[in-house]
Amino acid sequence: MIPQFLWDHAPAMTVAVPLLAAFLCPLIGKFTATGRKAWVLAAAAATSALALFTAWRVYTMGTWVYVFGATVPNLSVPPDSGGIPIRIIFEVDAMSALMLVIVAIVGFSVILYSLSADGKRSGLEGYYTLFLLLIASIVGMVSTGDLFNFFVFFEISGLASAALVAYRVEAGRAVEAGLKYFVVSTLAGIFMLFVIAILYGQYNALNIAMLASRMQFTMLDKIALVLIIGALATKAGSVPMHFWTPDAYALAPSSVTALLVVASQASLYGLFRLIFTLYNLSLNAATVGWVLIILGVLSMFVGVTMAIPQKDVKRLMAYHAISQTGYMLLGVGTGLAVLGNVAMLDAFGRMAMEGGIFHIINHAIYKGLLFLTAGAIIYRVGTRDMNRMGGLGHRMKWTMIFFMIGALAIAGIPPFNGFASKLMIYESVYLFNPVLAIIAMVVSILTLASFVKVFHSIFMGPQLPEYEHVEEAPTAMLWGMGILAALVILFGLFPQQVVDSLITPAANALLDQSGYLASILGGA
Amino acid sequence: MQMSKIVRLSADIMYPFVVIFGLYVIMHGHITPGGGFQGGAVVATGAALVIVAYAFHDVKAMIPKILLYLQESGGLLLFIGAGLAGMLLGFPFFFNWLANSGSLFGTPIVPLGPNPGELNTGGFLPLMNIAVGIEVWGGLTLVILYMISGVGKEEY
Repeated sequence: MIPQFLWDHAPAMTVAVPLLAAFLCPLIGKFTATGRKAWVLAAAAATSALALFTAWRVYTMGTWVYVFGATVPNLSVPPDSGGIPIRIIFEVDAMSALMLVIVAIVGFSVILYSLSADGKRSGLEGYYTLFLLLIASIVGMVSTGDLFNFFVFFEISGLASAALVAYRVEAGRAVEAGLKYFVVSTLAGIFMLFVIAILYGQYNALNIAMLASRMQFTMLDKIALVLIIGALATKAGSVPMHFWTPDAYALAPSSVTALLVVASQASLYGLFRLIFTLYNLSLNAATVGWVLIILGVLSMFVGVTMAIPQKDVKRLMAYHAISQTGYMLLGVGTGLAVLGNVAMLDAFGRMAMEGGIFHIINHAIYKGLLFLTAGAIIYRVGTRDMNRMGGLGHRMKWTMIFFMIGALAIAGIPPFNGFASKLMIYESVYLFNPVLAIIAMVVSILTLASFVKVFHSIFMGPQLPEYEHVEEAPTAMLWGMGILAALVILFGLFPQQVVDSLITPAANALLDQSGYLASILGGA
Repeated sequence: MQMSKIVRLSADIMYPFVVIFGLYVIMHGHITPGGGFQGGAVVATGAALVIVAYAFHDVKAMIPKILLYLQESGGLLLFIGAGLAGMLLGFPFFFNWLANSGSLFGTPIVPLGPNPGELNTGGFLPLMNIAVGIEVWGGLTLVILYMISGVGKEEY
């Protein structure tokens, strides 16, 4: 049923298809705008299908190694290389596969949404080229097993997102946000390049598995670790490096914002991957774990308190995105803090990590949904100021329902997916340190309070005369939101199945450093 | 605004040399310093030279924008196409399917000892360099055109 070709090449195709589609996009757009729409949609569908296929095969058959440019796709260590992996190697394990699932779901929904929401604007050939490049770069970031290759995709994602943020000029404000994002992400990129230089200078390797097997944890490696945390936490938008997030998220077109959330989480994935796979037990797990926990708690608290006074609906959601990133850092940081201690790891550390990782996929889905609903409202009403909205529930019923689903999910109310992952984080973190769990719960309550206010000021109240003729969002946009809303409910109703089939293998893959090394280096 | 006769004449004389040097860097990218990107950038400076020497308004009509767009897309497509071709032949993505093939750029046996140099051994790397060269040539020229079209405008 599935051609042999895909069995051999799906990880590379997942990057190659959006790249090829991106490069053809301007050419097709020169001749026909409808053709370009169909082309972009087909490319997004094909990319998502390939990503899901790759993820499915990884979950059923184990880590998938793909070597670019070798004679055989799985020849990571050629016989004449003296046991050293050469060439660019993609290594897709269960954690990468989970990220691929996220890219597949969110990427397809936002493209579907964007074709309708941005369809009438100018400059679209460049827009969709950048959009597909961003998807390709996220896929590359989460699949690669090579540090330099990670840096390359990291830079592609930074450049593509900066240009996309600035796409709607908005009297220069969006351009300013784009420039800010560009500077910050380039700075993070320089940090990463410096890390690569430090590690390559010491160990003569760029492959993550090879570096991990030679890791000595010298003084230089500690500096590299600090730079890694600095660079990737910046791109993930964690406090105190969050200052680009509100501007970029608020002023980008909404479909781009939903994808930017995924790009930020790909950086978060990079952070976890490098800490757990590259360093693992060689670092002082308690210290670094607490660093992540403190970053997480700061992000949670500062994010939500900054969100409450906002009047711009997307800016408010951007601050909530910072706050939710804190939960992931808290969960995985708790797991890292007890990494060396098997008893504590089994008692709650593993569950905290699963909660943090589960929150990554849940956050990508409900936050994407919320940004898309905000985009639909702005699309129809023409303002992003919540004080000027009101009574929209009379005319935009589906958007209201989707917003409600997203808002309840982000606040951690059952039976939506945010509840499932937050509960796992509360329970496990409480065993580690009760104060942290209480802070997490308080932040959740503040999130709920904030979203009740937002919901009320946008949708409730009498119908305003100026919005009497506001219509429901176009069907394609509703479908884009509907896919995400359905998944929010599905993941919320069957959390146990999702955790067992997707999340636990991912957490185990992250913890199992020797397994990651063995699939590249052989049974070494 | 045009520059003086001396500058324009020097630009006329230098233009073919700049372009040929750029193409040389592209073509020899796999064995000498430089490559597709650097060569393409050199060729694009040829366009910058002409624009600086003559007035932009006079030159604008001479530059075929659509061709530059085609170069931009076409170069990238050639690049990824060369990578995909390896896959279609049954090898992984970006497999060097031209190396040691005996055909274009694929001289299989390089003689040992002192020799004048065997140039056609890069496999598909020269193809990649040519693709990148075409792309950068088109793309960078477009960048220059866009940037210069903003010069002299009051509002921004």
